[in-house]
Amino acid sequence: MPAALILMPVTVARSLDHALAALEECPEAIILAGGTDVMVQVNRGSMPVDQVVAIGRIPELQGWSREGDWLHLGAGVTYSEMMGEEISSMVPALAQASRTVGSPQIRNAGTIGGNLGTSSPAGDTLPTLFALEAVLTIRSSTGVRKLPINQFIVGVKQNALQPGELIEKISVPVLEGPQEFCKIGPRNAMVISVASFTLLTDVKESQVRSCLGTVGPVPIRPTEAENLLSNGVNWEKNKVSSEVLEAFASLCADAAQPIDDHRGSAAYRRHAIKILSRRAACRIFSEDNS
Amino acid sequence: MSNDFYTLNVNGEDHQVADSWAGESLLWVLRERLGFPGAKNACEEGECGSCSVRIGEEVVCSCLVLAGSATEQEITTIEGLSAEGELSDVQQAFIDAGAVQCGFCTPGLLVTIDDLLEKNENPDDLTVREAISGNLCRCTGYGRILEAVQIAAASRRGEKRE
Repeated sequence: MPAALILMPVTVARSLDHALAALEECPEAIILAGGTDVMVQVNRGSMPVDQVVAIGRIPELQGWSREGDWLHLGAGVTYSEMMGEEISSMVPALAQASRTVGSPQIRNAGTIGGNLGTSSPAGDTLPTLFALEAVLTIRSSTGVRKLPINQFIVGVKQNALQPGELIEKISVPVLEGPQEFCKIGPRNAMVISVASFTLLTDVKESQVRSCLGTVGPVPIRPTEAENLLSNGVNWEKNKVSSEVLEAFASLCADAAQPIDDHRGSAAYRRHAIKILSRRAACRIFSEDNS
Repeated sequence: MSNDFYTLNVNGEDHQVADSWAGESLLWVLRERLGFPGAKNACEEGECGSCSVRIGEEVVCSCLVLAGSATEQEITTIEGLSAEGELSDVQQAFIDAGAVQCGFCTPGLLVTIDDLLEKNENPDDLTVREAISGNLCRCTGYGRILEAVQIAAASRRGEKRE
């Protein structure tokens, strides 16, 4: 490609190779996907803009594919697309989470790759991706590597992406069984999560998978709670006792590591996790003490 | 700063943007460089929807679009919804329903509602509320806006006004 294109402040990448070449030339460039996080910073003047590589129109990052029990999502798949019939039938909790993001305008622009790149503790797709043990394919001009999500997101807005690298796709297993994502915020639309919770079932393995969002530096798998519920559910009848539900909710709340901030107190967040975890479980299993 | 220019296609016409700063939002370029002041600037963080424009087939907040990345796409602003001097069906419905008070949110709402009706001529109340959930209005309480959507939808379906 012509070198002049890369030297311009904004490179609108036409292909994955084009983007990777631009990032090789300028590894510190801002990677711009949907813009819904980056542009907020830019508009505030809190993110200096020197070089930008816009990846929103790279064909290789669009769309999804199914390979056996795995779903591969291009990093450029938007929240609106994840709410569509096809993706929501394979990973319902991801569609539910996408539905809670911002507004239609934001969901039309924001992408799953961008949610991962920002690595905010409040990222709405992250709990479900953690529970699914998603695997990221990360590419640079020199090669490709795969990284499990819990090794990718390492702290508050910190991830393992190196200069010159791009998230290419996100792979998740397609599980058999109902899923629920719940989120707490001051209203229904345009809300940044105060606490969120995802509960997935794997009926073939008689197991649940779960994850807490926004109540720690990174999403938290409440493993003790997961084990308790997996063992406590009557999988044949899809039933669970009130006692198990209570214990599950308490263990989920115990696993939270919330902080006080302008969106909510730590105590409120822990309480919210207790409510959300019980609510999600009750939506999936019928409460039955007989 | 850069002396290079890029081209934006707004309402069917190409416009050159020169001497721009890399971080300029589409909203800023539309309003300050290209003479399209219809999209309004309020929050600059995607919360209010008053800067809504359509890019291709989707409505987005133009404040969250990097202008230099919006090349080679069809950008439609409120100015492009009807020929100059004429009112679109949604604009007329807003007047008929009295859905405008201070007017600041109106252009964003009109773009959003026009897009909704392009995709769905018979939206139910929940669908409308969901579609406009990203457009904040602090005057009307939304009642007359919801009414205007149904008036415009009926006119798009070719139904006669009562």
